[in-house]
Amino acid sequence: MPNKDTIVDVPTVNKIARLSRLDIPEGNKESLTNDLNNILGFVAQLDEVDTSNVEPLASVTGHKLPLRSDDVNDGNIEDLVLKNAPESSSGFFVVPKVIE
Amino acid sequence: MSELLDLNLVEASKALKNKEISSLELTKAYLKSISDTCSLGAYLEIVEDKAISMAKESDKKLIDGTARPLEGIPIGIKDMFCTKDIKTTASSKILENFIPTYESTVTQNLWNDGAVILGKLSCDEFAMGSSNETAAKGNVINPWLKNKKMSPGGSSGGSAAAVAARSALAATGTDTGGSIRQPAAFCGITGLKPTYGRCSRWGIVAFSSSLDQAGPLTRTVSDAALMLNSMAGYDQKDSTSANLKMPDLMDYLDKGIKGKKIGIPKEYTQDGISEDIVKFYEKSIDWLRDEGAEIIPVSLPHTKYALPAYYIIAPAEASSNLARYDGVRYGARQEASSLDEMYELTRGNGFGDEVKRRIMIGTYVLSSGYYDAYYLKAQKVRRLIKEDFENVYKKVDYILTPSTPTTSFELGKKQDPLTMYLNDIFTVPASLAGLPGISLPVGLDKSGLPIGIQLIANSFDEAGLISTARVLEMSAGFNFIADGAAK
Repeated sequence: MPNKDTIVDVPTVNKIARLSRLDIPEGNKESLTNDLNNILGFVAQLDEVDTSNVEPLASVTGHKLPLRSDDVNDGNIEDLVLKNAPESSSGFFVVPKVIE
Repeated sequence: MSELLDLNLVEASKALKNKEISSLELTKAYLKSISDTCSLGAYLEIVEDKAISMAKESDKKLIDGTARPLEGIPIGIKDMFCTKDIKTTASSKILENFIPTYESTVTQNLWNDGAVILGKLSCDEFAMGSSNETAAKGNVINPWLKNKKMSPGGSSGGSAAAVAARSALAATGTDTGGSIRQPAAFCGITGLKPTYGRCSRWGIVAFSSSLDQAGPLTRTVSDAALMLNSMAGYDQKDSTSANLKMPDLMDYLDKGIKGKKIGIPKEYTQDGISEDIVKFYEKSIDWLRDEGAEIIPVSLPHTKYALPAYYIIAPAEASSNLARYDGVRYGARQEASSLDEMYELTRGNGFGDEVKRRIMIGTYVLSSGYYDAYYLKAQKVRRLIKEDFENVYKKVDYILTPSTPTTSFELGKKQDPLTMYLNDIFTVPASLAGLPGISLPVGLDKSGLPIGIQLIANSFDEAGLISTARVLEMSAGFNFIADGAAK
């Protein structure tokens, strides 16, 4: 991990915001950059820990993901699925035009 | 009215079953409490008609002898649980009009056992926060020292405040890094986070899926046992749900702790912890020793790295989970001419600052070139933290720690995100290890604010956790009521 204070700059924050699909108003970018640097600086203390022979831990359950038979056990609830959609039509979600 | 509110869950349940009181009068007393304490802002949604009809249904069952374990008990639900046909916002603007078409497993379990819903309780937005100040509709006020406007803690701040203010007999919460235990400590009540996998996550708004776990916030340890009895259980719809039967926790209330070994980790008494909390921590150790437990100093050497690991893992999972709020399938949408612009405006406008920060951090640590240095590193440290606990549980049965480094603070006083994160320093390690933990009130500090002590058990030993907590509860004899509570 890089050194504290210089981890992310405003162009990097713009890039992360774009990847996150978050509109960040211009006036908030500097304080957000500061906050992110503080947080990333804080988590950088993990560098002190020797993890050279340690396997990453993604799940604490210790059990294998259960399998079920591939049966249809739900369905015919089109109205319910669309009920909270901001815009729907003829059984579809509607989004702004994506093809010119 | 007051006598009804004086009853804790176990007592109320007994009075209902003995037909000394009816669910309708109990529920009405709580609905009145909600209105009397509405200035605390604990409730986002009150479902009076539904509460009354469920109470009447319960009264029928109480009379015809078919009462279920929580029959007629009025409770509040954290707004992270999807409730069918009842608005569920996760305290976020992006979900301000979301009405689920299905019921979460945990809440369904509670209704199946006869509980009555009063309403939905405020929390930090998407459960991200430790003061309830990130809620879109504004913070909740802690009923303790109510004129000073103290934080109820977070993220289950509304749940903790409602139970402390006696505007719910019990409440559900969710805990990702301390969101049940820390607010319980701040509000002078009991909060239990079960083992990861004990309660189904199905229908709970997802924050950090490898950490999120539901649990009860209650007045007493026995109330928590009764609530968790109903909330827990295997669920096929959650692939991480544990297919393990939990014993009836009510059978473990009076088992005592003679001969049990209690570990005292040296890493939990660091600088920055309040003197009064240290004093009550030491008292708690003495109380457990007096009741026959053996006190053993232990070490969890990676404790210090739990918080930094958590603030990589939780935001990483959150950034992925919150990708679903895209303005297409549900939630708010900001109109725009292109799809990408619609996503960006919808999300930029719909999420609050703390949620945005965490999405940004999560996206960064998962992005190409940084994944190994941050995310993978944090997962490796997570294993070391879990192994610390595994080593200690070879020597002891339970671990005793303070719940928080300080008691509640005034709302609006902690603005810096990092300072806020430090609130969870004692609760995050057990979360990363998936272990069950309980916070219970043991005393008041100099200013009259409650102090919480945490017990951590080994995986799936909620029964032993309850026995031990019950001993501590009896010794502490905490019987104070918040000045802002309903009378």
